Formats: sequence, structure tokens, C-alpha cells
Amino acid sequence: MSTIVLLTVTGLGLGALYFLVASGLSLIYGLMGVLNFAHGSFLTLGAFAGWEFARRAGADNWWTFLGSLLVGAVVGALFAAFTEFVLIRKLYERHIEQVLVTVGLSLASVALFDGIWGTDTIHISGPEWFRETTGILGAQISNDRFVAIIAAVLVLLGLVFFLKRTRYGMIIRAGVESRSMVTALGIDVRKAFTLVFAIGGAAAGLGGVLASHYFQYVSPLLGGSLLIFAFIVTVIGGLGSLTGAAIASVVVALLQQFANFYLNGTGDFVVVVALALVLLFRPSGLLGRKS
Amino acid sequence: MTTSKTDPQSEAQPAAAGSASAGETAVGAGQRPRKAKHDGGAAAGGRSLLTWGAGGAGVVLLALLPLLNLSLPGVLPGPTYTPGSLQLLAMCMLMAAAALSYHLLLGVTGLLSFGHALYFGAGVYGLGVILDTFDIPLLPAMGLTLLLVIVLAHVVGAVGLRVTGIPFAMVTLAFAEAGHVLVGRNPGQATGGEEGLTLATENLPEALLGVANTRNLYWLALIVLLVVFAVVTWVQYSRAGHVAAAVRENELRVRVIGVQPYLVKLLVFVVGGVLASAVGMVYLLLQSGAVPRSLSADFTITLLVMVVLGGVGSRWGAIIGGVFYTLLDQRLTALAQSEAIAGLPDILRIPLSEPLFILGTLFILVVLFLPGGITGAVHRATLSRGQRRQAAARQRQALENAE
Amino acid sequence: MSQHPQPSADAAHAGATGAPAQAAAVQPAAAQAGAHARPVLEIAGLTAHIAGQQVVEDVSFSVPATGITALLGRNGVGKTSTIKAVIGLISRTGSVTLDGERIDKEPTFKIIRRGVGYVPEDREVFSKLTVAENLRLAERDASPRRQLVEELFPDLLKRASQMAGTLSGGQQQMVSLARALLNENKLLLIDEPTKGLAPKIVQEVAETLERAAETVPILLVEQNLQVVRQLAAGAVVLSGGRVVHTTASALEFLDNEDLTQRLLGVHADAGHGEDAAAGHGEDTDAGHGENAEAGHGEAAAPANTQTNPNGAQK
Repeated sequence: MSTIVLLTVTGLGLGALYFLVASGLSLIYGLMGVLNFAHGSFLTLGAFAGWEFARRAGADNWWTFLGSLLVGAVVGALFAAFTEFVLIRKLYERHIEQVLVTVGLSLASVALFDGIWGTDTIHISGPEWFRETTGILGAQISNDRFVAIIAAVLVLLGLVFFLKRTRYGMIIRAGVESRSMVTALGIDVRKAFTLVFAIGGAAAGLGGVLASHYFQYVSPLLGGSLLIFAFIVTVIGGLGSLTGAAIASVVVALLQQFANFYLNGTGDFVVVVALALVLLFRPSGLLGRKS
Repeated sequence: MTTSKTDPQSEAQPAAAGSASAGETAVGAGQRPRKAKHDGGAAAGGRSLLTWGAGGAGVVLLALLPLLNLSLPGVLPGPTYTPGSLQLLAMCMLMAAAALSYHLLLGVTGLLSFGHALYFGAGVYGLGVILDTFDIPLLPAMGLTLLLVIVLAHVVGAVGLRVTGIPFAMVTLAFAEAGHVLVGRNPGQATGGEEGLTLATENLPEALLGVANTRNLYWLALIVLLVVFAVVTWVQYSRAGHVAAAVRENELRVRVIGVQPYLVKLLVFVVGGVLASAVGMVYLLLQSGAVPRSLSADFTITLLVMVVLGGVGSRWGAIIGGVFYTLLDQRLTALAQSEAIAGLPDILRIPLSEPLFILGTLFILVVLFLPGGITGAVHRATLSRGQRRQAAARQRQALENAE
Repeated sequence: MSQHPQPSADAAHAGATGAPAQAAAVQPAAAQAGAHARPVLEIAGLTAHIAGQQVVEDVSFSVPATGITALLGRNGVGKTSTIKAVIGLISRTGSVTLDGERIDKEPTFKIIRRGVGYVPEDREVFSKLTVAENLRLAERDASPRRQLVEELFPDLLKRASQMAGTLSGGQQQMVSLARALLNENKLLLIDEPTKGLAPKIVQEVAETLERAAETVPILLVEQNLQVVRQLAAGAVVLSGGRVVHTTASALEFLDNEDLTQRLLGVHADAGHGEDAAAGHGEDTDAGHGENAEAGHGEAAAPANTQTNPNGAQK
């Protein structure tokens, strides 16, 4: 029983990280049709920025940690908004070229991070409490898992509130259904583009700081490794669906954890098999629109 | 009608002249594009004869290189007969061949795959593992590898092609990552994990072993490039290739005329995968080993960068892109380690010492400002201004259609 | 286009050899009588492509400042594309003038903000937004005309919090029309509003349009010729992406069985072949010298086919 609880909570923690990446990816794809390969770089830069901040401010207290979350989110948002404004916007409605540009950006930015921070992983520390454990039903669970889960739930609630209750949220939901019809109502949908990039970047930057605590290191490759699973999550959840991304994040992470433990470390394969099954029987994903 | 009676000018012109102009307006719309195509076809015919001639001469020159003493300072590390230069040139040709196989997907059929490295890597690792595990000669081992790749490509293609466009890119990426992770995990101690696999040489012919025989590997690489080029050309101009091109432009229209685009796309996908794996096998021999990077998303992206740099939709573009990228990467790596860079202030030194930063930035600039890549730019330079604008529009279209 | 090699006797060929900038104006009786004859929308030489294929070819016509103008033609001749090209939903070249100002270089949202209401084919309501959200999204003016909409579509008020995707086709059409009517507009572009609706609903939609047309001019794409008869003053007929006929009287056009048969592929259900169309063919073609001459008379058709090779050689 304690193993199951441990795996579940660890899985939920990982799922939280997937969600923080996948939510932005899914919104960006849903609204703009852009597959953003640079999303991992938003996360990595957020992680490094948070770490740089924490390192200067003294790594082991809660205020620094919260500060680093804020710094990570802001840096992620600015990087993302800059990307949309400078690179993506020029290629309006040319989706393949937009993907190519984000591919180039991810290559260039990861190389630049290599140059600045080195290719080795940097071990990090947070508040003492993170490394302590909490017992739930006999399982000793490391506390950083809870932080990731709580943060992801808050982000999810925040996003849902934003999408349901604000005018820009409404524009984004409408744009996911039909961009052209939104412009045909006299709305400048490009503002919403920059906004979703910034929101996605903020979630990714936040995810970067949390991921660095979850894995206890930062490295230029942090974003890339999470990005691949975030892609899988968005396809399984249904491109453009926030709820789908949330459900699929949890499902994928739990599958991965349980398969890794019970099936000889085959978690990644089980996830890819799950992806194949979803595509065979429901090509638009769990909650995706039919195309 | 009354005007023709009062106007002597139009009386001189028989009614036919009037209706001729009407005829022109009526058929003009249908005729114009067809006529343009003809002109283009004739010009392309002349050009292609020239290109083929130059290509033939180029092949002869390439075949003779190991016997010549030519120096290209700044590009090659030494004269052309030295193993170092031959190794680099062979690598260029293999990358050009790999880029060509990717061109078959992206340029011909409009499939944006992010998992092409899976097949290249399957060639590298498949042959490596088989040679390492079984006591069989090279050719049967290669045959076995091809067989495995054919099955693999069918399975992934059958699943992945259920979606199109960006989702297809994501799915192929996921499968390739699964392969990448598998190799990294070192199942049954077969792949050597992150360290990679050293080529087992017991069953290999002498002629392919040792630094002294690099030129044999060079010729092998040249043959692979020629074979891949021939197959790609054949597929591109076959019936399936025409359907594939039609699918790229308008899948719905193809469906309407009763052809199953799914099967054609699957065929192209499998052929592209098999060609990539063949290149991968020779790559294994040339490098005397395999590392997980050959299966990574990074490698697929490298192929994508090559094809886009060279010019999407053009076979020569893929070749030029492959060669250009390989040489540039090699030169930039050398530059990064040079004294001149080490002395620069951080703000210049850090970006300049990262070849991928420069290549990534270059790639972004090409996508933003040079549609059609290198071949597109060269092509445009030879055209008049009006044609140039049309060509740029066409090249943009080529990518839009790729969706 | 080659599939329609015969310009009709009264075709307004504002294309190829004629001056493309010159729009063949539709002048309904009402507008002719009024002194302010400036059309609300003038289109000249409009050409548009979708995925490399030309769907609108050198189209020129104008929409008078009052009443409903019908845009007619068989399926797939470019009616919807023409409307989309006007508001920039598909990329286009040529000149489009709204109320005296050029709009052909502007992005869609700016054109709409100048006072254009667009009701797309297939309604395109946001299915995952509620009815109220659909309407709120469309509000551009400082004081949107909510009252008018509530009065016209009382049904929508009751369903304000329902997801638009769960509405019936007719109700979705109401939402789509309401989105356009919420704002003060200079022009409405309405694309097949009765498509796929039950006869009773068709009549309701028609009445709504009739009422809307009292205050704002409408360019209407409509396949239901009964509705066209009921509503339209003038008409513009497209074929193969080109304007082949313009008339100030949609009724007269529809009564000409020969023309409707050839251009729309239908027998106009009511009416008898009165050869009145040739009359205003001359009106619209006046000044198009060569073009008009080529198109006129019975000899035109065989002459065209004969001279095709000549045309190709040119």
C-alpha cells in the first residue's frame, strides 16, 4: 500500500511538471496552430533565472523560494512574449515556418545556456523542509512533490478563472475554435497571441523552478527532456484543450511511475504505447476537437 | 454592334479580330497557368540537362578525389588524399544522403516528421548490435537490419499517419524518443547505453578497416549518396511520387479522385526510413561505433536544418544543405577552440564558442529572410525581378503546403 | 474560365481587355432616384487565391448604399471567397472601397471595425462559448444595440447561458445574425443565411433580413431563389470566379429563364422567359467598347470557340 501511495504522489508531482509545460503548449497550439519547440527553453531559462536569484538571495528560506518562483515565471513570460513578438509574428499563419523558427530558437538558446552555465548539471538546494519527508498512509514522501502539485493546481485554477471570467480569456477560447471568426468580429487576435505566449512562458518558467527542485538540479537540457513528454501529453489530452492537458498529464505521469516500478523501468515505452493506442482509437486525443 | 458601322477602324478589322480578343479573355484564364508551366518546363529542361552534366562531372571528380592531391585550406584539414579530409568528405556525403531521405518526406510529400532519426539510428544500432551479437558476415547483417527497419517504419508510419500536420510531427517525435531512450537504457547490455557501442570488426572485410582504408569508406559513402539520390529521384517521378506531391498540395482533391493518400504516404514514409537506415549503416562503419545521439530528436532537427538551409522541395538543396551544414559545423567547432575566440570578452566569446548557437541563429535567419534556402537564393539571383517575386511566393507556398 | 467560354450577351466583362478599375455599378431603382448615389462598397479588379489556386478572378462590382444586393451563382463559383476576400480573410489583390475609403490593404479586424458586419457561411458560432459570450464577444460599439437584438431574437435571451454548440441550426443562425446586428454597421455581408434550415425558419430569417435592410445595406449570398425574389433589389452573378452578369433588378434576372438556367443551373421557379435581360446588358456594358462588342449577338459563341487557338498563340 505504501508503495502505491508513494508512486501515486511522486507521479502526481511529475504530472504537475508536465502540466505546467503542456498547458502552455496546448493553449499556444490551440489558438495559433504553432508547435512550440522553444517551450523547453522557456522552462530552462526560468529554472536558471530562479536558481541565480535563489543563489544570490540565500537558497534556504521560503521567501527566497517564492521569490525564485516569481523570477522564473516572469523571465519565462518575457522570453516567450519576446519570441512571439520578434519571431513568430512575422510568419503569421505560416505554421510550418513558425515551427522551424522555434526549432532554431531552441537549438540556439540551449547552446547559449551551455555556453553561459556549462553543460554539467548544477545541484541545487531549497528550504530545509523540501528534503524532509511527510508520512502518508505509511509512505514517506519527499516534500518537494507537494509543492509541485500545489503549484500546478493553483496554476490550473488560475488559468481556468482567466479563460472563463475575463474578456481575453473569452477571446482565447473563441480563437481556439476559429481564429478567423474572431478577427471577423473586429478583434485583433494578435494581442491574444502574445498573451498566450506570455502565459505559457510564465507557466513553463514556474515549472522550470519547480522541476529544478523536484530533480534537485538545473541543466541546459532540463527543458528538452520534459518537453518531449509534454508533447505526448498534449497529443493524448487533445491539442488545444486545457482540461485535456491536465488529465493527460496525470495519466501519463502515473503510467510512467507505475510501469517504471512494476514493469522493469519501461515507463517511457508504456507512455509511447499509450500514445499509439490513443491515436489509433481517438486521433484527436481524449478531449480534442474532431478535425 | 452599331459602333463597328460608324467606326472605320473597326470596319477594317473583321469581326473575328474582335472575337479573338474575346476568345483570349475567355480562355486566357485557363491557358495562362498552363502556358507558364510549359515555359518553365522548357527552361527547366535546359537547366536540368546542364545540371545533370555538371552532376556527372562532379561524381567523377568526387570519385577521383582520394587519388588527387588537392588542398582546400579553411574547408578541409589537409590535402584530399589524407584520411582526415576523406573522413570529413565522406561524412558530408552521408549527411547529404540522409538529408535527401528526409527531403522525400518533407519536400516531396509534405510530411513534417520529427522522428526521422529513428530510422537512421535503427540502421546504425541495428547493424552494430547484429554484428556484435551474431557471428554473421556484413551483407547478411545489413539485410537483416533493413528487414527490421522496414517493419519498424511500417508500424510507426501506420500509427503516425493517422494524424497529419503538427500532430504527426509530435507523434513521430514521441516514437523516436522511445527509441532514443531504449538505446540509452542499454537493454541486455546490447547497445552500450549512453557510452555507445563500438563496432565489432571480426566479421568485417579487411578493406573497410583501419585508417589506411578510409578511402574505401569514402567510396562507399559516395555510392550510398548516388544510390539514395537515384531512389529519391525515381520515387519522386514515379506515379506514387506524383500522388504524394498532389497530396502535399491538396489532400482532399486526391481523395476525391479516389486515390488513398494514406497508402502513398506510408510508402514514402517507409522508403524514406529505409534509405535513412542504409545511410546509418555506412555511418556506423565510417565512425567505427554508435552513440545514442544518432537516434535523438537533435539529429532529426539537424536533418531538418540541412533541408531548410539548402531549400525545401529541391534534391540539390538537400545535398547542398547537408554538405554545407557538416562543413560549417566542423569549421565552427574548430573556431570555438581557437585562440582568437578564447581572447574575446565573454559577451562575444560565449556565443561564438557554441557552434549550435551560430547554426541555430543562421537557421532562424534563413527561415525568416531567405525562403527557399541556398538553392532558392541562387535560383532567384538568376531571375528577373518579376520572376523573383513569383519564385519567392512559390517557395513560401511550398512550405505552407507542407502542412 | 475555360468551362464558361461564352460571355453572356449582357455580361459585364469588367475584366481582361476592359478597364479593370471601372466597376460595373448596380443601380437599383431606389438608389437611382436618390441623389446620393455613391455605393457603400466598390470592388474593382479583386483577385484572390486559396492554397495557390485562384478562386476570385478580377471581380468588379459595387453595392449600393441601400437595400439588399444578391450575390448569385452556382456552387463553387467563388461567392463565399469574394466575401472573404473583401474583408481580408483570404489574401487578395485589387481595390476594395468601403464608403469612399480604401480597405484592401487593411487586416480583417480593422475592416470590421470600420463598420462591417459579417455573417459567415455555416454560421460559425463559437460552439464552446455560451450564447451570451458569443454576443458579448461581438460587441464593438460603446453602446451595443442589445435591445434590438433581444427584440429580434427573443429566443436567444432565454438561452443566454446555453453553449452555442448545443443550439439548433436555426438558433445558431440567429446568434450569428445577432452578432452582426449588435453594432452600428455601414454594410452587412451575409453568406447563405438560410442554408440547411427548415422552411419556417427560412421565412423567419428572411423577415429578419428584410428588417435589417431598412437601416443598413446588405450584400447577400443566397441559394434560395425564393428568398432572393423576396428581398433582393439588385443582383451580381458570378461564374468561374468572375462577374458574368450584373443587374439592378434581381426579379427581372430571375424571370429570365434562359439566363438563370445558364448561370445558376436552375429553372427559376416562377416567371416566364421574357427577353428583358438584353436591355440592361447594354446599360452595364456601355463604354466597354470592344468587350461589349465581342460579347454581343448570337455569333459570339461560335466565334469564341473558333478563335481559341488564336488566343492561345498570343
